[in-house]
Amino acid sequence: MNAVRLPSNALRDPWWLRAPLLLLALAFVALFLVLPLFAVFGYAFEKGLDFYLASLVDEDARAAIRLTLLVTAIAVPANTLFGIAAAWLITRFSFPGRGLLLSLIDLPFAVSPVIAGLIYVLLFGAQGLFAPWLAAHDVKIIFAVPGIVLATIFVTFPFVARELIPLMQAQGSEQEQAAITLGAGGFAMFWRVVLPKIGWGLAYGVILCNARAIGEFGAVSVVSGHIRGLTNTMPLHVEILYNEYQRTAAFAVASLLALLALATLALKQLVGWRMRRATPADGNRP
Amino acid sequence: MHAKQRHALPGFGLTLGVCLAYLGLIVLLPLAALAWKSASLGAGEFWAIVTAPRALAAYRVTFGCAALAGLVNLVFGPLLAWVLVRYRFPGRALVDALVDLPFALPTAVAGITLTALYASNGPLGRVLEAHGWKIAYTPSGITVALVFVSLPFLVRSVQPVLEHLEPDVEEAAATLGAGRLTTLWRVVLPTLWPAILSGFALAFARALGEYGSVIFIAGNMPMVSEIAPLLITAKLDQYDYAGATAIALVLLAGSFATLLALNLLQLVTVRRRSAGAA
Repeated sequence: MNAVRLPSNALRDPWWLRAPLLLLALAFVALFLVLPLFAVFGYAFEKGLDFYLASLVDEDARAAIRLTLLVTAIAVPANTLFGIAAAWLITRFSFPGRGLLLSLIDLPFAVSPVIAGLIYVLLFGAQGLFAPWLAAHDVKIIFAVPGIVLATIFVTFPFVARELIPLMQAQGSEQEQAAITLGAGGFAMFWRVVLPKIGWGLAYGVILCNARAIGEFGAVSVVSGHIRGLTNTMPLHVEILYNEYQRTAAFAVASLLALLALATLALKQLVGWRMRRATPADGNRP
Repeated sequence: MHAKQRHALPGFGLTLGVCLAYLGLIVLLPLAALAWKSASLGAGEFWAIVTAPRALAAYRVTFGCAALAGLVNLVFGPLLAWVLVRYRFPGRALVDALVDLPFALPTAVAGITLTALYASNGPLGRVLEAHGWKIAYTPSGITVALVFVSLPFLVRSVQPVLEHLEPDVEEAAATLGAGRLTTLWRVVLPTLWPAILSGFALAFARALGEYGSVIFIAGNMPMVSEIAPLLITAKLDQYDYAGATAIALVLLAGSFATLLALNLLQLVTVRRRSAGAA
């Protein structure tokens, strides 16, 4: 922030303090973060490249990948639209209940994934609240794809709104008001003024939402029923393979998810860096 | 004037409608089902379920391991934040990015990887068991998984505070002749406590509900290494919806109490800060 970034001598830890602290921290990182990351790929390739590729093109694996992509393709856009609407509502208007709404948006983060699955079972399961209606209309939600989509939406609900709200609060609404005063319609204002302004923050939220949607396990596990080829997402497929002692195949599919995590981290760094670069420039604009 | 201008922006009705409908359908209605289901239990029945020996053991494992993992990260989280903010070393940006790995890595992947590493035939498990410490399939294993999952909370809540720490206090302490260790312990650490505690609360709340990374390494023995979320799924597998709901309510109460304590803590900190500034 200030010019005083690099520590002056008084702020510098002496070498006898710096060396052990640094070593301890790096040892912890190596043990708890680096080693597991390498282990995923190590185990995935323990039977060679051919076995690895065979595990990925396996029919059940492909079905799991397809289902995961489908669920993500529904959950992420839905939560993105909601996140934009919620951020606009909360940062641009004041109304009674605004604070409550803000805490309700964060609520899914406080709920265990297993409970996120449970609540949909209570509504739509075989003995659920809506069971008679669902049976009469021959609609299946639990142990079927709609339940997986709902549970995924629940656990990824806050991500986009959470990134956008502080950002839009900090940015203020002068430019939007100028656009409206100059005669822009609501849609034009959103498309030409708001979206460019919040772009990087939005991307940040979507990246996090996407990673969680693809990787969600607990909530999806409760509502899925683990039907091979039908209701198995990638993380559930990993679980099944692992429990069937097909460890190498499990890690092969897991390695795809680990690659996704690495891509997420890289994108997150990139977008975070762009955001920090973009923010002061925006702030200086009249 | 200002208030009037704010209302000039379009979209209030539309976004309010979208938010309420979506929030109601996705979050509130399903959560209300918890209340609906538990109401079908009598008070006595509810109490019998949530205080059954197996349930009590599950809370003990869940809360105990979450607290233990939080304590481990209470040391290593702020240490990592300190090293990342104050020291310059090759690979610093990489380590900084890696801290978020537990957020980004799907929990099932973390679960099977930690299990493979810490099992009796795994590279870490073999060494530790030779020294008489069995990790996988014991509560120690649950703690290891929770340390992994909750690490980022501690680092990321302390890091920004360190980045914005004004240097004058430390300089003053040094000028007045305090040694570096004294300065860190008596000057820097006290300013970090609110951030450390709030990171601890977030980590603890997350660890209470954690499922995917734990169940592979836990062993899942009722009374010994069964976590509360697993007990919920076990009851669901037997179609005991009411029992699952009762345990879920206890677990939810634990998370909400933790987050409430966090909010109170932040309120007190803000008050004390503004009182100090005045």
